[in-house]
Amino acid sequence: MIRAQHRLATFFGATVLCALVQLLGWPARAASAPAIPDTLQQRIAACTSCHGVHGEGTPGSGYFPRLAGKPAAYLVRQMQNFQNGLRKYAPMEYTLRQLSPAYMQEIAGYFAAQQVPFTRSPLPPVSAATLLRGEQLVSKGDAARHIPACASCHGSQLTGVQPSTPGLVGLPYDYISAQLGSWRTHTRAALAPDCMAVVANRLGASDITAVAAALASRQPPVDTKAQAAGSVTPPLPCGVLGASGDGA
Amino acid sequence: MKWLRRLALWVVVLMVLLLVWLFFGGRHQPTSPAMSKFAASTLRDPALIAKGEYLVTVGDCAGCHTAQGGAALAGGRALATPFGDIPVPNITPDPETGLGNWSFEDFWQALHAGRGRHGELFYPAFPYTSYTKVNRDDALAMFAYLKSLPPIRQAATASSLAFPYSIRRSLLGWRALYFKEGVFKPDPKRSPQWNRGAYLVQGPAHCNECHAARDSLGGTPQNEHLSGGQIPMQNWYAPDLSMQSNGGLQGWSEQDVVDLLQTGLSAKGAAFGPMADVVVGSTQHISRDDLQAMATYLASLPPRAAAAEQKSAPVAAAVIEQGEKVYSQHCAACHRKDGSGVAGVYPPLDGNSSVTEPSGMNATRMVLLGGFTPLTAANPRPYSMPPFAQQLSDSEVSAVVSYIRRAWTNHAGVVRPEDVSRYRHTPID
Repeated sequence: MIRAQHRLATFFGATVLCALVQLLGWPARAASAPAIPDTLQQRIAACTSCHGVHGEGTPGSGYFPRLAGKPAAYLVRQMQNFQNGLRKYAPMEYTLRQLSPAYMQEIAGYFAAQQVPFTRSPLPPVSAATLLRGEQLVSKGDAARHIPACASCHGSQLTGVQPSTPGLVGLPYDYISAQLGSWRTHTRAALAPDCMAVVANRLGASDITAVAAALASRQPPVDTKAQAAGSVTPPLPCGVLGASGDGA
Repeated sequence: MKWLRRLALWVVVLMVLLLVWLFFGGRHQPTSPAMSKFAASTLRDPALIAKGEYLVTVGDCAGCHTAQGGAALAGGRALATPFGDIPVPNITPDPETGLGNWSFEDFWQALHAGRGRHGELFYPAFPYTSYTKVNRDDALAMFAYLKSLPPIRQAATASSLAFPYSIRRSLLGWRALYFKEGVFKPDPKRSPQWNRGAYLVQGPAHCNECHAARDSLGGTPQNEHLSGGQIPMQNWYAPDLSMQSNGGLQGWSEQDVVDLLQTGLSAKGAAFGPMADVVVGSTQHISRDDLQAMATYLASLPPRAAAAEQKSAPVAAAVIEQGEKVYSQHCAACHRKDGSGVAGVYPPLDGNSSVTEPSGMNATRMVLLGGFTPLTAANPRPYSMPPFAQQLSDSEVSAVVSYIRRAWTNHAGVVRPEDVSRYRHTPID
């Protein structure tokens, strides 16, 4: 009986001691620091802090573009362009400078596979006439100035075309206007012949505002997946598309 | 007054002679490949070429001689220095724009004596101050490798050096102060391994070109060996490499040094900024024996004097408190509350020489830029740190950097918001 009591007391004491140790946080490190998950998402914190954990972009900031659902080959090519200097943006060049083709492929695959709802970002005040002009450029282009419609390459719903043409819906106004501007100032380029450089240089300064506002204010369609490869015939020769097109 | 006029005349004559000599003096005839003592067939030896490729990698020649997105070793970029932009030459064997018409004699003169094939003095952006220690056999191998490359036609960019630096002969004075020509001489009292490490560190790997302070003339005084210094134009601080007391790598084992150079990450810290490029492009490819030899040599660097007590203004408790708050919110999940990091993933901040280096610029710029640890064969899918430039204000960055520089066992000086603002605007190249 006494021995049983003693055993019980020993057991009880040990339990209390264990609980105390846990409460006092010893070993503190194990208690206070959750393990680091061995996932790609954890590894690419440098990407997701601006572009969002699922590549949703940061609509509030109005600048960092959405990556979710963009064709993987397009994303890989953009990373390569930051490495080789075709695209100039110091923070991206610094972050990507030493990544391998295999790792970039894996990262692009991660963002291409993400499906997250679109959020519209803030729009500067633009007139109805500007929006109308923008809408016209997006869906019809401007034949007099040889400007093709955005939709003629980026897909009828502007959700992009596999494998190398990005979607334009859901991108912030600031981002779109900055990119069109950067094609004119040679801080963004694509493989020659660079069709986007041709288009951006045919646009007037007010057209950039108009088209960026029209795109950023568009309601994304229900199906936001990029169109199938080969489903559009580009009106200009484009290096990234194997230079097909009628050369207009 | 006649004597005065005569004196003035002499002064003018002497100045003209000096100018003539500055511009036209000391010409040297290049040795053509046909006249070289080294036959073309010697240079085509595959074993020699392979050895040369290894040494060109140890020397990270591509780090400067390859432009962003450009052909390997074909130059075509400029190196920014405090004295102006210096064009980086094409070292592929193109006859007109590269080394096609060079003989080994010309190459040796460049590497060993810092002179071009016509005798012109090289700007020390080309680190002949270190390369002079490379021995002749190794130089021949490097030359054989460069000659084996596909020739790329690419002319050099224009120089933007200001007077008087634009006159190459002005380098005579610089060379007298900072350049001692001579191949590495092994120390018979040391082990072969130590000597191999010393040779690699001082010669081909040219570590001292970044890891020593440069003075106002852009030279590293002879007694400043691997004692740490700010890299000109880049706002990165290359830490002191002594592993003994008060050294930048105090507490590091030789294995830690090997790990960092081979994988980009050690138990004591990670390579980032320009050193990440060096690890990716060069040191990860160095053989284990050679890395071990380099570590053995670094372990023999002398202890350093204790840093003088900083007489800075007393640190406001509020700043450290703010820094601790930012730390627990943004940093502690990865670097841990006690600054110990996560082995093999996130570097420790406690006792990390990149955190406590004298200037504070490394920790500040890491917080602003974030980035991946080096991508190496040993770490092909590296983890990364978010850039905080967009999220944190100058005062928040200064608070958190000041906090980590003084937390745990760290005792470094604080960083001010105006310093953060300056580093925010440092161009990234």
